[in-house]
Amino acid sequence: MSESFEALRDLYQDVILDHGRHPRHAGRLAAFDAAAKGDNPMCGDRIQLWLKYAPDGHVEQAGFEARGCAISVASADLMAEVVAGTSVDEVRALFSAFREMAKHGSAARGASEQSAALAEKLERLRPLAGVHEFPSRVKCATLPWHALIAAIEGTQETSSE
Amino acid sequence: MTRHDATGMARLRADFPILTQRVHGRDLVYLDSAASAQKPRAVIEAMRVTMETQYANVHRGLHWMSERATDAYEATRDDVARLLNAPERAEIVFTRNSTEAINLVAHSYGRGVLRPGQAVLISEMEHHSNIVPWQMLRDAHGVGLRVAPVTDAGELDLAAYEALLADGMVGLVAITHMSNVLGTVTPAERLVRIAHAHGAKILLDGSQAIVHRRVDVQALDADFYVFTGHKLYGPTGIGVLWGRRALLEAMPPFLGGGDMISSVTFERSTWAQVPHKFEAGTPAIIEAAGLSAAIRYVEAIGYDAIGAHEARLTDHALARLAAIEGVEILGRAQDRGGVVSFMLANAHAHDVATLLDRQGIAVRAGHHCAEPLMRRFGLDSTARASFGLYTTEAEIEALATGLERVREFFA
Repeated sequence: MSESFEALRDLYQDVILDHGRHPRHAGRLAAFDAAAKGDNPMCGDRIQLWLKYAPDGHVEQAGFEARGCAISVASADLMAEVVAGTSVDEVRALFSAFREMAKHGSAARGASEQSAALAEKLERLRPLAGVHEFPSRVKCATLPWHALIAAIEGTQETSSE
Repeated sequence: MTRHDATGMARLRADFPILTQRVHGRDLVYLDSAASAQKPRAVIEAMRVTMETQYANVHRGLHWMSERATDAYEATRDDVARLLNAPERAEIVFTRNSTEAINLVAHSYGRGVLRPGQAVLISEMEHHSNIVPWQMLRDAHGVGLRVAPVTDAGELDLAAYEALLADGMVGLVAITHMSNVLGTVTPAERLVRIAHAHGAKILLDGSQAIVHRRVDVQALDADFYVFTGHKLYGPTGIGVLWGRRALLEAMPPFLGGGDMISSVTFERSTWAQVPHKFEAGTPAIIEAAGLSAAIRYVEAIGYDAIGAHEARLTDHALARLAAIEGVEILGRAQDRGGVVSFMLANAHAHDVATLLDRQGIAVRAGHHCAEPLMRRFGLDSTARASFGLYTTEAEIEALATGLERVREFFA
């Protein structure tokens, strides 16, 4: 099999195939404080996201329903996992670091400024870094994050271009 | 046509320079012709020669170069009229693409001729370009929009189609001649007869159909026919609207500007005759030369040879893909062209497309600009392989082998 085809293992790591097929955080939250939809009109990927905040304003729980490829579903699921327990500011920091990782393969610039806890969360997202070699798929990985930011900003709808 | 039997068709591949490219270290297997076809050297050369030897603006200059450019541009109109067997060359209007041609009719015929309370009838298997302009007309002008359903096999439901016309309120039918998703070729002559019997005019979207079979607008008895150059092995940026002269004359202009007027004062302007009334601004002069070359290229091979070649490939692809575990084919129409949409169990179409791409195989994945059709079948997306006159059986084999790998990857 060609080298190029084998390189796909970088994109479709086991973690991604697993979370893409069996997402842990799929489903609408029974009670939620914020919600948003994300839509990629070019390929038809769609996500709905619900957030529940803790009394101190931290994200307590995230749930989603997604119709899309393995990358977008896995990204949504890993995102829902890592944002639990983070503050809204930390969500923004994670998003910007993750977006950089998805586009360029690493988030080196932001990483040193991150707290240990955030660095650990970012590490959990590292299996998605492989998308940077597939420019047309970067938006698959970032779509759930755009929806997340829309939810915390209260803009409710977003699309990834 | 013995010159273009199976061996002859295989030889035509050499006319398409891009097909020798390698992608991800593999020979390019281009199975996305329904999105846009590759260009033969004749088209590339015609455009180059135009720019190098006879280029100027058209319909304006009193100088030699402009006259030559105008002659060449107008000769393309003759080529298109011949291709469609249009009664008159003046019935050929150049647009940017099919989308613009449909928008032209939706705007000019829709607002200028249709009355609020009348309706436009489309089908469930339309491309967005044959849905959205009619929605815009509905919202702006109070013309209703009706949708004829497709059957589970992916064919137009003819009984429902006729029932939707029965009250005589449909002023215009706008329907595809061949689905870009299902490959279904619609029974255009019957659709025209039924539409006319109920007092409706009919526009056929030939974007896909004209690539695969001979179109004769007089035999079809259609009222409007649209297609785009780039799917017919021609350049991007030029498309065609054919319409009956009487209809075109009754329609107000679409875009205003130079070339479409008879005279202009600040008080009022008068319009040029058809087709120029609908061709505002400097047209796609270089692209017209390319379109002429593409039409001549296709005519030289002949639709019989092209059709036979693509039918062989499509039958082979349908049989080969259906034999792969987990593959399901969308669309089982009796009459179909070289477009095959499919789903693979446990794998999203985008993932399938990425994995095929890494094997050098280009397919389309997504909703194919036909979201309502996708929804009709309960799908978000499919992968789609589409064939052109240069497609080979070996490429169908490569697709099948590639899909087996994708299946194993996601197993």
